[in-house]
Amino acid sequence: MAFLELDRVAKQFGAQTVVDDFSLAVRKGEFISFLGPSGCGKTTTLQMIAGFLDPTRGAIRLEDKDLIAIHPAKRGLGIVFQSYALFPHMTAAENVAFGLEMRNVPRTERAERVRAALAMVGLAGYEDRHPRRMSGGQQQRVALARALVIQPSVLLLDEPLSNLDAKLREEMQIELRQIQRTIGTTTILVTHDQNEAMSLSDRIVVMSQGKIEQIGSPQDTYERPASAFVSQFLGKTNDFAGTIDRTGTPAQLTAGSWSGPAPAGLNGPVTMSIRPERIGFGDAGLSARIVTRIFQGNHWLFQCESECGSAIVIRQNDGKPQPVEGEAVRLTWRPEDMSVRARTVA
Amino acid sequence: MSTVAEERNARAPWALTAPALILFVGVLLIPLAMTVMLSFHDWGQYKGIEPVFILKNWKEIATDPYYAEMFWRTFRIAILTTLLTALFGAPEAYILNRMSGRWKSIFLLVILGPLLISVVARTLGWALLFGGNNGLVNKLLMSLGVIRSPIPFMFTETGMVVALAHVMMPFMVLSVWAALQRLDPQIENAAMSLGAGSITIIRRIIMPQIMPGVLSGAIIVFSLSASAFATPAIIGGRRLKVAATLAYDEFLNTLNWPLGAAVATLLLVALVLIVIGSNALIERRYAEVFR
Repeated sequence: MAFLELDRVAKQFGAQTVVDDFSLAVRKGEFISFLGPSGCGKTTTLQMIAGFLDPTRGAIRLEDKDLIAIHPAKRGLGIVFQSYALFPHMTAAENVAFGLEMRNVPRTERAERVRAALAMVGLAGYEDRHPRRMSGGQQQRVALARALVIQPSVLLLDEPLSNLDAKLREEMQIELRQIQRTIGTTTILVTHDQNEAMSLSDRIVVMSQGKIEQIGSPQDTYERPASAFVSQFLGKTNDFAGTIDRTGTPAQLTAGSWSGPAPAGLNGPVTMSIRPERIGFGDAGLSARIVTRIFQGNHWLFQCESECGSAIVIRQNDGKPQPVEGEAVRLTWRPEDMSVRARTVA
Repeated sequence: MSTVAEERNARAPWALTAPALILFVGVLLIPLAMTVMLSFHDWGQYKGIEPVFILKNWKEIATDPYYAEMFWRTFRIAILTTLLTALFGAPEAYILNRMSGRWKSIFLLVILGPLLISVVARTLGWALLFGGNNGLVNKLLMSLGVIRSPIPFMFTETGMVVALAHVMMPFMVLSVWAALQRLDPQIENAAMSLGAGSITIIRRIIMPQIMPGVLSGAIIVFSLSASAFATPAIIGGRRLKVAATLAYDEFLNTLNWPLGAAVATLLLVALVLIVIGSNALIERRYAEVFR
């Protein structure tokens, strides 16, 4: 049974549809990411769950109760905002205690829970600091403690890590994942950072222009993107135009001088997506020329000009000699490493 | 070499600020010093001003209860005006801040518009509405039988406070508005998600954060009201004098310049002390919000 369920939710601002036909069933304890570029409707969806916006159509249910009918203050959800939205006139402890105070938790229990929450996010001893005297990372932790201390049924995170520098962000990602695993709170994260979504979530909801493009595990969405948008948005990818010919047996898929067995169910013009790290240099295959070669420590990045347009290839730096700029190469890949979609010919 | 360069560098700020400094000293500090000195001079009906050093004027202010009453009235009016502007201005700014784009600009213009009109014109407006038997509102209410006699407005402290509050309102609204601009736009949502109702949000989250704005607005309104001249002169006239109108009368009607100078100096000193004192107090109290 779904714990949190969004059923054909849509949001319109005037004539503009920001979110359309959004359906999702979240299991208890699951970590879900809404991933997409800015303006794709991911934050709007989160705000509808939080209750700051009312959906134009559709239903949101939490444990089979209609969530839309409940006032945002009574929903009992924990929210961490992009700007943290800490109360600057209150100390860290007062910030965390606010939600408990609103719930009339007795003073002694309140103090105990505030202390525990701050200790959990690694801020023991910072109780009396004011937010403006704390670093970005520390403020982020206070915001997390404030959201978690009320033991929310769902934790909503609105781009919580986007204001941190790269190193701190990575640390917080690991910590966030550990905390979420330990206490098992159902969590929804809104992010535009594909690495963040992939490293944190059980499932990713990839969104574009208000619509769901794909729902799947990080590995699934990366390996088997359901649309051109998903394959482009999740990491780098190469799209080659190919053709399936079913006149012979077995049916053949060809792109330039590369050919292989055709996948079932498709015919005629197709688009093939292959991840740069799955392409190798071989004796046969798509013929190409190396345009630039960039050394990146643990791997090499090659920019190639192939028969089917430009291509990126990533090779592990395994110590073996690599082709140089200007060299003619053949690009090969295993048929199972590509995803093939029908292509509409203009 | 380096010392020459350093010396030149040390002189540069003085040279650059000299024009403004000369203007400041010439038109503000020197006349101010002359006013203070004037307050120690003697004056007589027939001898005019005598440039001697005596404490006669100060003694008169200190001993004659007329002056104590007048200064007390001045500050009472200023305090009440400040309270009134805070009471109406702070919610006004909050509502304004929550309005959407177009309405916000329209109402901001409505609030700031009066600043473009002379204080005299705005105060005379009040006089036209409530001025005795001929005041528009009084006439209307009397003809409708709501009131028997005109609402007393002219030559009353209440009238002065109301008219001053009207004149000063934009300063309070702007000051609170500036504080509201610094608020995190998600802060109300954050408080709501933690279970706070709208009254709790305003009382516990919004109020403490805009308090510095209210208080700095209060300082502006208080000092402008205490030293206001046009509004008290029109509403209060000769019957209900405040420090500014009294100093004016001493200078231009009685021609007792030294006494007028003493009144003006005392008003200035009192205001400076009150403003500096309360500013220091506010900054210490709200250090965390100001940061």
